[in-house]
Amino acid sequence: MPHRLTALAGATLVALGLAACGGEGSDPASTGAASVPSESVPAAAFPVTVEGDNGSLVVDRAPARIVSLSSTATESLFAIGAGDQVIAVDDQSNYPAEAPVTDLSGFQPNVEAIAGYEPDLVVAAYDPGGLVKGLEKVGIPVLVQDAAKDLDGAYAQIETLGAATGHVEEAGDVTDGMRAEIDELVASAPDAAEGLTVYHELGTDLFSATSATFIGSIYERLGLENIADEAKKAGTGYPQLSAEYVVSSNPSLIVLADTKCCGQSAATVAKRPGWKQIDAVADGNVVEADDDVTSRWGPRTVDFVALVVEALEGVGSR
Amino acid sequence: MLGARGLRARLPARPAAALPGITVAWALAAGAFVVLATLLGLALGPVGFGAGRVAREVLSHVPFLGVDSPFTQTEDAILWDLRAPRVALGLLVGAMLASAGAAYQGVFRNPLADPYLLGAAAGAGLGATLVIVYDIGDPVGIDLRPVAAFAGAIGGVGIAYALGRSLGGVRTTATLILAGVTVTCFLTAVQTFVQQRNTETVQEVYSWILGRLETSGWQDVLIALPYAALSAAVLLWHRRLLDVLAVGDEEASSLGVPVARVRLLVVAAATLATATAVAFSGLIAFVGIIVPHAVRLLAGTSYRIVLPLSLAVGAGFLVLTDLICRTAIAPAELPIGVVTAFLGAPFFAVVLRTTRTVGP
Repeated sequence: MPHRLTALAGATLVALGLAACGGEGSDPASTGAASVPSESVPAAAFPVTVEGDNGSLVVDRAPARIVSLSSTATESLFAIGAGDQVIAVDDQSNYPAEAPVTDLSGFQPNVEAIAGYEPDLVVAAYDPGGLVKGLEKVGIPVLVQDAAKDLDGAYAQIETLGAATGHVEEAGDVTDGMRAEIDELVASAPDAAEGLTVYHELGTDLFSATSATFIGSIYERLGLENIADEAKKAGTGYPQLSAEYVVSSNPSLIVLADTKCCGQSAATVAKRPGWKQIDAVADGNVVEADDDVTSRWGPRTVDFVALVVEALEGVGSR
Repeated sequence: MLGARGLRARLPARPAAALPGITVAWALAAGAFVVLATLLGLALGPVGFGAGRVAREVLSHVPFLGVDSPFTQTEDAILWDLRAPRVALGLLVGAMLASAGAAYQGVFRNPLADPYLLGAAAGAGLGATLVIVYDIGDPVGIDLRPVAAFAGAIGGVGIAYALGRSLGGVRTTATLILAGVTVTCFLTAVQTFVQQRNTETVQEVYSWILGRLETSGWQDVLIALPYAALSAAVLLWHRRLLDVLAVGDEEASSLGVPVARVRLLVVAAATLATATAVAFSGLIAFVGIIVPHAVRLLAGTSYRIVLPLSLAVGAGFLVLTDLICRTAIAPAELPIGVVTAFLGAPFFAVVLRTTRTVGP
């Protein structure tokens, strides 16, 4: 109970404080970086205006109390050296290990609980309704970064995080590094891989991802043909495929993104009725990927691309 | 113990026995419907084989005909390992849900009763959710969802029955139904809580709840078959007693029907059917209500008609519904629970309008 009271009082103080400063960020210059001394944050150009999927957002000074409700943003924040400024992350943010995990939920965010951390910036991947409005009411700026559509979108989000946290340079280094590594990996993929078919599995109920999704854009980049793209009529980037369609389209490569959630592996796939007819299964080209890495669009995407390229070498040399 | 056969001999000729039984025409029509649905289910799907080639492939398995299979190995696997078991499971699940619904409506004299009335759906949902959320069985590579759903369904109904009984309500259906509603609310609350606490598996839980005929091959069909046969046998055995129950508990008792025991047996058999259906296909709504009522409106209200026809029509109906799930937006699929309600509701409205009589 005392904790709850402190939290409420804190939220109120934050709100009052911002109101006293003129609120609404109408005159950001008067609340410049000088008012919040910070050792760990480089003196970048604050206030800064950044673009999120919830519109533009003015960050008055380098944030020192960031709450991340997005597991992708958590990975990116730590990668660009803003980890010290992060005071709380949601219950799904399990990487990196030093991230301050709390029981905050990104899917069902509780505005009061978030405000209780007295954050000066909240990053989210999703607003179920009321998150942004609720936090803005108590003067807490929210940056929403929806799932990226492709690699460029992912780079842009990392750079936005860099600008919002005062780590422009590091963010640039991270995205430059990702670009270079991924370009190199794509170039190193065997020519024979071009036009091979891939099936990306999200769950044992055969939900998959089309090229319109972030993960699908990576297969597209590698020149692979995604069997889920046939399911246009489903009207979603994540259609549920028929087993008989998967078997008949005979993918050369199967990527399992349900190894952690559902205990799937090359062995369990081979045991499914009819699946041993599939080339990928018969030739051992079933990739066991990390569910988390494949469902995020952060810096570890490079690891995933490397995993797929490695598998393609096996397929290509056949 | 008074067997159904002994009773039948002693029953007076009113009012149940006055209801006409099943006619040959209806029996033939229902049989034809099931055969037609099965053939369509086998011939059509997201992978187009051509009906003629499927027919030749099927005939090639009949000895002494000398028909060569036109299928490749992959096509063979798709038809016989994926599509055929799914059709067979659809037949079983549809038959079980529809007959269980009919039985519940009879035993509770309530036209709105469905197979999930006494907490079967909520219990199964909770069981499956627990397994999905806590990865039970994953480490050893066993899919425990069917087992948990089955146990949950039986458990849910068991609790509701015990609760109703403790309130002295086995003889009055209202108490039992209220106990079922209570248990359903409670178990659903627990299920929702567990699900929302573990948002990373919401998609999996949700997809299970919307229902899907699993395609894990013939094994599921073989496991479901004995349960389906047993429950169907018990329900069909009691079809005449359900007619007698329709006149009311008091009157049925005065005719020598052991009302409480009949109710327990019928509920147990219907629950067994529901639990088996739920275990392999998730929660498929509406079949248990629509099919028996459509049968009543079209063919007659005696349980000697409603039970066997519901069994057959339910089987065919679910196969056709699943066919739509597989083909409407192929190669993607629709959840079957959505399709049963989407098609079933308007169809039922038409039947209601054209016949204008309703009642269990």
